Amino acid sequence: MQPAQILQPRPEGIYCPKADLYIDPTRPVPRALITHGHSDHARAGHGAVLATPETLAIMRSRYGAEFANSTQALRYGERLDINGVTFSLHSAGHVLGSAQALAECGGTRVVASGDYKRQSDPTCAPFEVVPCDVFISEATFALPVFTHPTAEHEIRKLLGSVAMFPERAHVVGAYALGKAQRVMAELRRCGWDKPIYVHGALVALTELYKAHGVELGDIRPVETAPKSFYAGAIILGTPSALQTPWVRRFPDPVTCFASGWMRIRARARQRGVELPIVLSDHADWPDLQRTILDTGAGEIWITHGEADALAHWCESQGLRAKALHLVGYGDEENEPSAAA
Amino acid sequence: MNRFAALLDRLAYEPRRLGKLALLENYFRETPDPDRGWALAAMTGALTFKNAKAGLIRNLAAERTDPVLFGLSYDFVGDLAETVALMWPVNETRANAELTITDVVEALQTMPKAELPARVAEWLDRLDENGRWAALKLITGALRIGVSARLARTALARLGGKEPDEIENVWHADAPPYPHLFAWLEGRGEAPSVSTTVRFYPPMLSHPIEPEEFAPLDPADFVAEWKWDGIRVQAAAGKGADGKRVARLYSRTGEDTSGAFPDLVAAFDFDAVLDGELLIKRGAGVQDFNTLQQRLNRKSVTSKLMAEFPAFIRVYDLLALGDEDLRSLPLSERRAKLEAFVAAHPLAPIDLSPMIPFATWVDLTYARANPADAGAGVDAEAVEGVMIKRRDAPYLAGRPKGYWFKWKRDPMVIDAVLMYAQRGSGKRSSFYSDYTFGVWTEAGELTPVGKAYFGFTDEELIELDRFVRNNTENRFGPVREVTHTKTKGLVLEVAFEGLQRSTRHKSGVAMRFPRISRIRWDKRPSDADTLEALEKLLRRAPAQL
Repeated sequence: MQPAQILQPRPEGIYCPKADLYIDPTRPVPRALITHGHSDHARAGHGAVLATPETLAIMRSRYGAEFANSTQALRYGERLDINGVTFSLHSAGHVLGSAQALAECGGTRVVASGDYKRQSDPTCAPFEVVPCDVFISEATFALPVFTHPTAEHEIRKLLGSVAMFPERAHVVGAYALGKAQRVMAELRRCGWDKPIYVHGALVALTELYKAHGVELGDIRPVETAPKSFYAGAIILGTPSALQTPWVRRFPDPVTCFASGWMRIRARARQRGVELPIVLSDHADWPDLQRTILDTGAGEIWITHGEADALAHWCESQGLRAKALHLVGYGDEENEPSAAA
Repeated sequence: MNRFAALLDRLAYEPRRLGKLALLENYFRETPDPDRGWALAAMTGALTFKNAKAGLIRNLAAERTDPVLFGLSYDFVGDLAETVALMWPVNETRANAELTITDVVEALQTMPKAELPARVAEWLDRLDENGRWAALKLITGALRIGVSARLARTALARLGGKEPDEIENVWHADAPPYPHLFAWLEGRGEAPSVSTTVRFYPPMLSHPIEPEEFAPLDPADFVAEWKWDGIRVQAAAGKGADGKRVARLYSRTGEDTSGAFPDLVAAFDFDAVLDGELLIKRGAGVQDFNTLQQRLNRKSVTSKLMAEFPAFIRVYDLLALGDEDLRSLPLSERRAKLEAFVAAHPLAPIDLSPMIPFATWVDLTYARANPADAGAGVDAEAVEGVMIKRRDAPYLAGRPKGYWFKWKRDPMVIDAVLMYAQRGSGKRSSFYSDYTFGVWTEAGELTPVGKAYFGFTDEELIELDRFVRNNTENRFGPVREVTHTKTKGLVLEVAFEGLQRSTRHKSGVAMRFPRISRIRWDKRPSDADTLEALEKLLRRAPAQL
């Protein structure tokens, strides 16, 4: 069976003609498979939605219970046959509930991996290598300049700054889904046992993570208090909140930002970030290469990001590669206001 | 290299001026000579290496990395030193400590060209990522850490408990790595001696003014001059400390630019410091900035270049005459001395910037709109507005309030359609921020008429970047062709200062200083302007020779 008969790129997203189903469609469609809850992949308004139970819970939390006409949960590893194509979801290690979609038909296996990472993350299941014939990959950080340091290294940098400026507050910008909770969990791993304060926009998803058994310790919403109350504190907010007067309630705040983009100085300076924390939910350049080789796929399709660079590398390895240049992905990382 | 690399890294992320000053002051206090002097030279742009240039780094990157991946990475990062520092392939990292900034600078200054690549590669292998970045920044020169030469000198003033102007006064008396300067700042030596005449005075700058702000101002208290569209310079000449004649041409920031204008400097037959505008005179009149740029952008100053683009200085202030500092005198008195001075030096490459006669602000409004009729004559092409100065103003360093105002000409504006975009560098790194735009020809096609890469806010840049990524039709290397049909595409309001005929542009016109003034999300591409409309503006501007 030709892979393109199983999955094929269309302007709306990756499409399975046999199952009449789109993966992470960017426009409303009758039937959608959603790999994870970030707003550029999980949009409201589809007819039927297939996803992991965690992703469905995240979509309900972000868009309300009526985000689709019907939903169906598929756990990691469970198989579902739709008109001759067998679908299963496998952990992508990106955020809570994130999945790669394996579509199998007539012995040909195609994996649409959504967004993924290989670094350890205490807030979600680790990436599972799924052997396949065609691997559909993101390429958000697919340039040799992107090698992410360990989370511990970056969190220690933050804690070092907190120790150096005990009279100042450290305000960390982090995307509401995944990154914020990961920062909390990594802080706990590094021994920070004081309360962590959060902007109101982070409360709902943080509660959702806790309800799914993710240990985050003492998390408190920011409340009206004298400035000095927050001296030496670590406060998390959405990236957009950091650009508002909200930060003025803290004593001489050190602006921090947790993102893979912080690897590039100009990106940090564009945002006025004083303490860049290079912490990404996407695979870096070495991990993209490792993953592609691990799957054993002979053909790589690249959805979004630095597709030309990754395709070039694949070809240098004797792998067939195709840049799909899908439009509409990557905005959650790029665009603060997209994060609810 | 450790301490210098850490300093650059922290400066790059420190947004507050006071924070930067504290970092610099601490560094100068804790770092020994000559390391700190070389660092100071690097930050004030006083270091250039004859053999070590950006090309050397590009070649090394080409040898050690995949050229396609290097090209894509450089395009994304927008900074050569940072790109190479981030992607330099290393297996293990050794400490930076063994290599000092002095080691690096001295090697870059003295090493034969053939030996440099191997030495630089060896450094990059030894340094960690931050150290690589700092070392490469030394070579490329542009540090981009948000530290001006003035700020670095202010930090020196704090180190020594001096006023910033005291540093400016002695700055040109010492050379990198500034041993005498630091000795003086730390109370271990005399102030470096500086000639009273041949020195740089921090320039007096103006504030922009809007028409509604004129009401409370009495025209009788002010004089007006043309605002010339050249380069602000200071011409200083006289006897040096050793009794020999010295002549210098300083830029607005105090850099010695004598080397680029040897023809000019050789003809300084006076003992004085003059403030004025460097311009090119050719044919009938003073040329606009485009022409001046053609002389500036050359690597070597040939006699052909000097003959083709003869430079002179149109002077408007006299700061020192012989040994006498005139800056505390009111402008009216300095002006009288300046006029006498110019008359007494007919052979010097200077002329007098004329006053614009006016009795009321309405007179001046007319002059600003019609420079050719109001006295600028054939030089009107080089006028970019008017300067308004208080008669009683002393000459004060910096931008004091209430003395000098600039009232620029209104820009020309057209609606154009975004056609191509490229990623930017520096502050705009990794965003699609360089835009080629076009207008409609008679045949109903878009023809590119210019390129702009600023004028928008940070928020607008994010929107523009997203528009480019979501509406890409074609990719030509780093260039993206963006959808631009009659019905689909993005209209940009482009403001510019002038327009001239150009054989280098397909459209036949070239804009001066174009920038995006507004994004017209509300307009359709078919609503944008035509080449014909642009050519009408061309006829409005004075004829180009």
